[in-house]
Amino acid sequence: MSNLTDLGVAAIRDGVRGGEFSARDVADAFIDAVAAAKPLNAFLVETPDHALAAAKVADDARAAGETLKPLAGVPIGMKDLFCTRGVETTAASGILKGFVPQYESTVSGNLWNAGAGMLGKLNLDQFAMGSSNETSAFGNVISPWRRPGDTAPLAPGGSSGGSSAAIAARLCPAATGTDTGGSIRQPAAFVGITGIKPTYGRCSRYGVVAFASSLDQAGPMAHDVRDCAIMLEAMAGFDPKDATSLDLPVPAWEAGLNADLRGKRVGIPKEYRVDGMPAEIEALWQQGIDWLKDAGAEIVEVSLPHTKYALPAYYIIAPAEASSNLARYDGVRYGQRVLPDGAGLQDMYAATRAAGFGDEVKRRIMIGTYVLSAGFYDAYYTQAQKVRTLIARDFEQAFEQCDVLLTPTAPSAAFVLGEKSADPIAMYLNDVFTVPSSLAGLPAMSVPGGVDKDGLPLGLQVIGKPLDEQGVLNAGLALEQRAGFVARAEKWW
Amino acid sequence: MTESTYRIRGATGDWEVVIGLEVHAQVTSNAKLFSGAATAFGAEPNTQVSLVDAAMPGMLPTPNRECIRQAVRTGMAIDAVINKWSRFDRKNYFYADLPQGYQISQLYHPLVGEGVVEIVLDEKDPNSVPKAIGVERIHVEQDAGKLMHDQHPTRSYVDLNRSGVALMEIVSRPDMRSPAEAGAYLSKLRTILRYVGSCDGNMDQGSMRADVNVSVRRPGEEFGTRTETKNVNSVRFVMAAIEYEANRQVAVIEDGGRIVQETRLFDPDKGVTRSMRSKEDAHDYRYFPDPDLLPLELDDAFLEECRASLPELPDAKRKRYEGELGLSAYNAAVLTAEVETARWFEALLAECGSDVPAKSAANWLISDLYGALNRLGKTIGDSPVSPAQGAELLKLVADGTLSGTLSKQVFEIMLETGQGANAIVEERGLKQTSDTGAIEAVIAEVMEKNADKVADYRGGKDKLFGFFVGQTMKAMGGKANPGVVNDLLKKALG
Repeated sequence: MSNLTDLGVAAIRDGVRGGEFSARDVADAFIDAVAAAKPLNAFLVETPDHALAAAKVADDARAAGETLKPLAGVPIGMKDLFCTRGVETTAASGILKGFVPQYESTVSGNLWNAGAGMLGKLNLDQFAMGSSNETSAFGNVISPWRRPGDTAPLAPGGSSGGSSAAIAARLCPAATGTDTGGSIRQPAAFVGITGIKPTYGRCSRYGVVAFASSLDQAGPMAHDVRDCAIMLEAMAGFDPKDATSLDLPVPAWEAGLNADLRGKRVGIPKEYRVDGMPAEIEALWQQGIDWLKDAGAEIVEVSLPHTKYALPAYYIIAPAEASSNLARYDGVRYGQRVLPDGAGLQDMYAATRAAGFGDEVKRRIMIGTYVLSAGFYDAYYTQAQKVRTLIARDFEQAFEQCDVLLTPTAPSAAFVLGEKSADPIAMYLNDVFTVPSSLAGLPAMSVPGGVDKDGLPLGLQVIGKPLDEQGVLNAGLALEQRAGFVARAEKWW
Repeated sequence: MTESTYRIRGATGDWEVVIGLEVHAQVTSNAKLFSGAATAFGAEPNTQVSLVDAAMPGMLPTPNRECIRQAVRTGMAIDAVINKWSRFDRKNYFYADLPQGYQISQLYHPLVGEGVVEIVLDEKDPNSVPKAIGVERIHVEQDAGKLMHDQHPTRSYVDLNRSGVALMEIVSRPDMRSPAEAGAYLSKLRTILRYVGSCDGNMDQGSMRADVNVSVRRPGEEFGTRTETKNVNSVRFVMAAIEYEANRQVAVIEDGGRIVQETRLFDPDKGVTRSMRSKEDAHDYRYFPDPDLLPLELDDAFLEECRASLPELPDAKRKRYEGELGLSAYNAAVLTAEVETARWFEALLAECGSDVPAKSAANWLISDLYGALNRLGKTIGDSPVSPAQGAELLKLVADGTLSGTLSKQVFEIMLETGQGANAIVEERGLKQTSDTGAIEAVIAEVMEKNADKVADYRGGKDKLFGFFVGQTMKAMGGKANPGVVNDLLKKALG
C-alpha cells in the first residue's frame, strides 16, 4: 500500500472491509497528515480521539465478523458550521469562540451512525459568508495549490474552504460542506475536487449554524463523484426536527451511478456566457459539452432569461435572513459577551456584536436590516422574492427541454488571497454561476474539468431537476471519466 | 343594547368612547408552539426550556400541531373564517427575554380570519339585547421569556420558561363603546375559550391578558387617535383602564391638546395609565416570512376533526337550558357562565335521571350549593359535595323522604361529614314519615291534650289549624310529611 491518505472514501471503505488495512491505520495516517499541515490552517479543532474511536469500532466489528457500516473506517472532516456534541463549534466567528454544543447536528449524527469518524472541525468563512475564507475570525485557510514558481497564497474558495483545502491536501478523504450560494461548489472548483449541493431539504439543517435558512443546504465534498454519492447517502434523510426537511426516502445513489448518457439531454444556458469570462473557462465549458456528447447525451441550448437578476436577488434574500438568524448572538446566553463598565442591555448588545462579528458579517447584517426596513421592504425583499420565483420558473421551463444543465462552476480559477478582499462586489461575483440554482433549491455539483494556464484547477457545474441528484451525479461521472483529472497540489507545507 | 348610551361628560359636551381589544390567550397545550418543552405554570425558572427555546445555534422551530388545532377550534367557536393557508412571520427586535432576537408570529397571513363574539351587558336580564363584537383575526405566536429584576442588586435574570409558549392573539374590531361592553366582551371571550378548552383563562397567572385600544370622539364623528394600553390582566382592570384613559383623552382634547398615538401601561394600584413609548420610538420590527417554516396548510380532515371536537358552546347551552329544560333566563345564564358550573350541573342531571325535575336541580345548585360554597370560600371545582352526592339528596326530596327543611339539615351534615344523604337519613332517623297510622296516633294525642282548642276550632276559630299542625310536627320531631299531616288533621278536626 503506497499512501493511505491518497485514498478516497470508496477505496478506504472497501480496503477496510477487505482487510487490506485496518481502520486504525487509516485514521493514524490522516491524523498525522492533519497534524503536519498547520500552515494550511484548514482545521480549527483537531479531534484525533473521535477518529480513533470510530476506527476501533470498525476494526472490532470486522474482527467480530459483523457487517460493516457504510462509512466504517472512513475518517472525515467536519465543516465548523455543524454543531458537534462536546466539540467546540464557532462558525469561524469570534462571537462563538469557546462555544461547545451539548447536541449533535442531524447531518453529523447521520455520518457517525454510518460509521464515520471525525478528524476535526474545518475552517470556513465566518458564518459561511465569503468566497475566499478570508472572513474567518481564526485566520484564512491557504489553498494547497500554488502557481508555478510563485509562493503567493491562493484562496481555497469559500465558504467551505477548510473542507476543500483539507481534501485537496489529502488531510481527509472527504468532508462536509454547506452551500448557500455556492459554498460547496466554488471551493471544490478552486482546488480540483468534487462537491455536490443536493436539493434543498435533502439534508437536515438541524444543528447547522444558520446563515440563510431558505438557501442553506449541506452536502459532501470529496475526491470524486462516487465518494460524493456515498457521503450524500449517509448525510441525507428526512428529519422531523427541520420543518423544511423533505419526507422522502434516500435513493441508493452510489448503486445508481451510470455514466452512459444516451437518451439524456444536456442544456447549455446561453445567459451563462458572461462578459469577461476567461477564454480558458470558455474553452473548458466547450470541452465539457464535447465530453457529454461523447457520453451519448444530446446537447440543447436553453435560456434562463432572469439569470442576471439572480445575484442581486441573492444578495438581498441571504443577508435579510442572515440579519435575523444572527440576532441570537447577543451575549446573553452563550458565546462571547462584552460588558463595558456601567453598560446597560443595549450597550452590551452593541459591544458584544461589535467585537464578536467580523466586517463581512456586519456588512451583511446591515444590508439585511436595511432591506427589511419599513419603507424598503417592498422595493427590496418583496422584489427579490419575485425574482426568485421567476428564476425557479426559468429552470422549470429549461428542464422541459433537457435533463441536466452544464455550466462553468466559477468565473475564474483560484485567486491570490487579498486580491479581492477590498472589493466586496468583485468577491460576490464569484457566485454568479452557482447562485441561481441555490435560489431555485436545485441539486448542483462541481466536478474538476481541467487546469488553467497556471495549472490551477477549473470546475464544471452540473445542475439538475429537483430531487434528481442521480442525474447530476451521472452527468458528473461522465465528465469525470473523460476529464481524467489527475493534477494535484505539490506538498509545500 | 344596539347603541351604547355611555358617554364621557366633558366640559364642552358629550364624548363617545371607542374600544378595541387585542387579547393574548395562552394556548392550553403540553408543549410549546415550536418546541417539545413543557409549559407548566409556576415551575422553577429555566426548567421548561428546550434548546430551541433558548435559541441555541442551529436550532430550528417545528410547529406543534396541537397548538394550531386549539387556535382553529377557537376560531370555529366564534364562527370565524379558518384560513386553510397561513404563514409564520418573524417580528425582529432585541430584548433579553427574546432569545431568538425575533418572535415568530403571523402578520401577513393569520390562521383565523373574521369572526364574531356576541355579548349581553346583563346576562341575567332577559330583556338585555345582545350586541355582536367583530373579531378581525386570530393569529398564533410565541410568548417571550421573563426578566427578573429582584434577584440581584445590579443584574437582571432571565427565566425562559414562558419563552416559546403558544399564544393566540385575538384582535377585535373597534366595536365596543363602554367599559362595560369591553368587560362583557372579555368575560365572554374567556368563557368561550374555557368551554373550547383552548385557554385556561387564568388572568391572574397571565394566561390571558389584553392590550386595550381606546380613542374618544364626538358621537357619530370619525374615530379619534387611539392609544394602546398594554398587558392589562383582569376584566376589572380593563374596565378601569378604559375609564381612566377615556377621561384622560377628553381632558387633553378639551384643554386644546392632541392625543398622541402611543403605547401606555396601566398601573392597577393607582388606577391610571402612563405613557410607555410614542409612535416615534416604535420599533421597526422588520417582519418577513420565517424561512425556517413552511406555510401552514390545513386539510379538510383536520378541519373536520377540529369542528367535531367542539363542545356545546355557552350561547347554545343557555338556549337549551331555557327551552328544553324550562329553566329561567337567570338560572340558565348563571349555570352556563362558567364551563365548570355547566359541567357540574349536567353531571348532576345525569345522576338525577328522571327522578328529579331539572328546575329543582338548578334551584338547589344555585341557592343551596352556591350558598354553601360561598360560605366555605370554595369554588365549584373543589366542591366538597359531588354531583352524585347532590343527586342522592335531591332524589330523597323528590320521593318525599325529606322535606325542604329536612333536606337543608341533611345537606349541612353532608358538608360537615362528607357522608351521603341516605346514610345520614338512616343513621340519624331524619326520614320524613308519611305513615298515616303513626301520624293519626300523634294527632289523637295532640287533640286529647288540647280538647279546649279543639272545641274552639270546631266553634269557628279556623286560625287554630296552624297550631295543631305545629303541635303535630313538634311531636313527630319534624319528620312528618307536612302534606299528610294537613290532610289527616283536617279529617280528624272535622
